Parts: sequence; structure tokens; C-alpha cells
Amino acid sequence: MRNDQDAQDVVQESCMNALRSFNSFRGGDFRSWFFTIVRNTSFTWLRRKKSSSAPASRQSLEVGAEITADCEVYDPQAIAIRAANADLVRRAIAALPETSREALVLREMEGLSYKEIGKIVGVPIGTVMSRLARGRMQLQAILMEMDQPNADKPVQEGAR
Amino acid sequence: MTCDQAHPLLHAYIDDELDIATALQIEAHLPDCPKCRKELEAARAVGRALAQPAIYYPAPSTLRDQLQRVIRSEIGETEASPHPRFRIAWWKRPMAFSSVAAAMLLIVCSVMLFLPTHAPRGQIDDLIGSHVRSLEENHLLDVASTDQHTVKPWFAGKLEFSPPVIDLSAEGFPLIGGRLDYLDQKKVAALIYRRDKHLINLFIWPGDTTPEVDARQGFNLIRFECKGMTCWAVSDLNAVELQQFADLFKAQKAASTRS
Repeated sequence: MRNDQDAQDVVQESCMNALRSFNSFRGGDFRSWFFTIVRNTSFTWLRRKKSSSAPASRQSLEVGAEITADCEVYDPQAIAIRAANADLVRRAIAALPETSREALVLREMEGLSYKEIGKIVGVPIGTVMSRLARGRMQLQAILMEMDQPNADKPVQEGAR
Repeated sequence: MTCDQAHPLLHAYIDDELDIATALQIEAHLPDCPKCRKELEAARAVGRALAQPAIYYPAPSTLRDQLQRVIRSEIGETEASPHPRFRIAWWKRPMAFSSVAAAMLLIVCSVMLFLPTHAPRGQIDDLIGSHVRSLEENHLLDVASTDQHTVKPWFAGKLEFSPPVIDLSAEGFPLIGGRLDYLDQKKVAALIYRRDKHLINLFIWPGDTTPEVDARQGFNLIRFECKGMTCWAVSDLNAVELQQFADLFKAQKAASTRS
């Protein structure tokens, strides 16, 4: 959503949609069911917003789109140092292509299994795995290529 | 397993999506392959980057109030209804009932796991049962590793909480792995430690508790709290050493959090 108010609106709308379609909940994993609703609501909401306002400048944000899966593997320690800058990580996530971002957030931040992610996103488990593998490579690359105005501070202090 | 075979499975390995036999083959391949090791470490660094609480956008408390308001108006519950006599009791209206149930689920699900659980007496028997079952062949470990940094992430995604995992090999209680277990119809973490030839099962689930010591059927049991988690150590080890283990676990966890 890329802005607080929009995100809150979508959460609210998702909850209402969940309430209205609670009859369709056939047991099983409540979280997956709810995430599916949140996802559908988000897309509907985005489509609606897009048609009513100027097209979002998504192209410029997705700098990671052209990075392919066979790009360089970076030094884990260098990644860890950059990853300590939360703002940088947030920007890197925002720069990921949509499919990679979705898979990574559901896996790394929500802790869902491949099966659950596959069900929510509507793709086979193998696709979930390849999206995650690609997403991780892309995120590394974005993290390492981003300008980071403040991130070097702890390193410099250590060197002095 | 060759690098060509192992490489495509690395991410499934990181995410614990492999069966235990394949996972063990990957684990055997890793020490010989710097390339796979580097990619694994890099991917784990990305995982840690995404898991840090600082990058989450917390929902403001106003959103909860707002949600409660709109849910109320959705199910037609208003503070002062103009015709109270004509209203059907809310729990008799199927839609209202399911809405309330959903609303409660939404709110309750997130907090339920953090409420303290009180151990009923029958639980002691369940704990011993679990311990004995775990001693049967092929039942002890789901993840075999002496590395706390392998065992702890293994539980991510399998449990709704993150159990404290500490290696105590320096103190004579080496960690040998972890397992998912069921107690009271809920998933709990089981860490397995060894003391000489005795195995210790440490069952962990969220919730405050009070210390307790018990001994039954030749097993010693010790309950203690660690960082808001209820921990039960079960073993045929003597009570003194088991208590020592419990104290060490608590002390080390406290020390590792401070540092």
C-alpha cells in the first residue's frame, strides 16, 4: 500500500470482508484463510485506486525487477551489516518485485509454510520455492546496491 | 549428494520444507561445499534482516478502536436501539453470531498464545509419556543439530512462538536437537539435551509459571519459567543434576539476552 492510511483502510475492509464471508470458512487454518482475504481485498483496493487516480509510479520503485536469480552471492557479513539498518531493509523490501515480496513477507515475516503460501497466492509449492530463492537473491542485491547514508556509522565508529 | 543436487534444495532446507532424510544429506554436503555454505549464510542473513522487529509497521491503537466501531455497526449493535423489544437476541441471529465469533477470533487468536497456562496434574503423565515415546527409535529428533542457531530457526513457522534454545555443551549438557511435540492438544517445542548417557527432554511453550519439582515412575521432572515460557525438563537423570541443568538453562538465557 505504501502509506499508513491506505494500509489501515485495507485492514479494515479486510476485516469486514472476513466477517461477511465467515460462512465460507470451512475450518482449517484461520490465518491462511484470513490472509487470502487480506490479499484479495488489497488487490481489489489497488485496482480501484489505480483507475480513480493517476497510475502509481511502480516501475521506479521496483529496481530489483531486473536482477535475476543467478546474480552474485554477497558476503553474508556484509549483508548482515546493511541489514542492521531497518530503514534500508524497509526500502529494499519495497523495491522488490511484487511476487518475490509477497513470498518473502509471508515466509520470513509471517512464518507460513510453502503449502500455506501456495494456497494464499494460488501457485504450486515449487513456484513458492523458486520465488523465495529468487526473492532472497534479489533482496541481497538490492541491499548491497542501495545508497545507505547512515548505515556505515557503526563500522566507522568501530574503526576509529 | 553433489552440489548440483543440493543447490536447488538449499532454500527448501532453510525453510525446513525437506523431509528429514534429505535435510540430513544436505547437512552432510555443507561442510564440503563453500559455495552452498555461502549461499546458505547469505540467505539466512536475509532471513534475519526480515525477522527484526524494527522493520514491522505496528498498527496504531486507533485502528483497533475504529475496527470495533465498524464491526459494531456492521452487526447492527448500537448503544441505544430505538426498538429494543423488536430486536431478536443477538446470539439467535446466525449472521450476528458468526460475525461476533469472527471478531472475537480475530482479536483472541493473536493474544491467546501469550496467556499463562496452568499445568493440570494429568499433564505430568503426558510429559512422561512424551519423554518415553521420544526414547523409542526414530522418535527423538525432528532436527538433529548441536548448533542452537540451526535448532532455533527450525521451529520458526512450525510454532506460533519462538522457544529459547541454548547450547550447554560447555557445562556438560550438550544440545543434540529439537522436536515438535503435542501436549494438551497444542504444539510445543521439545529440546533434547544429553548428560552422559541420560537424555533430557525440555518441553517449552508460552506462559508464565511457578517452579515445581516432581518425580514419578523413575523420572524426574522440573518446571521453571524462562523469558515468559513454561519449561518442563523431564529425564531419568538424578534430581540434583536435572536441577543444575534447569538453573544453567535459565542463567545462560538471561546472560545471552543481556549481552
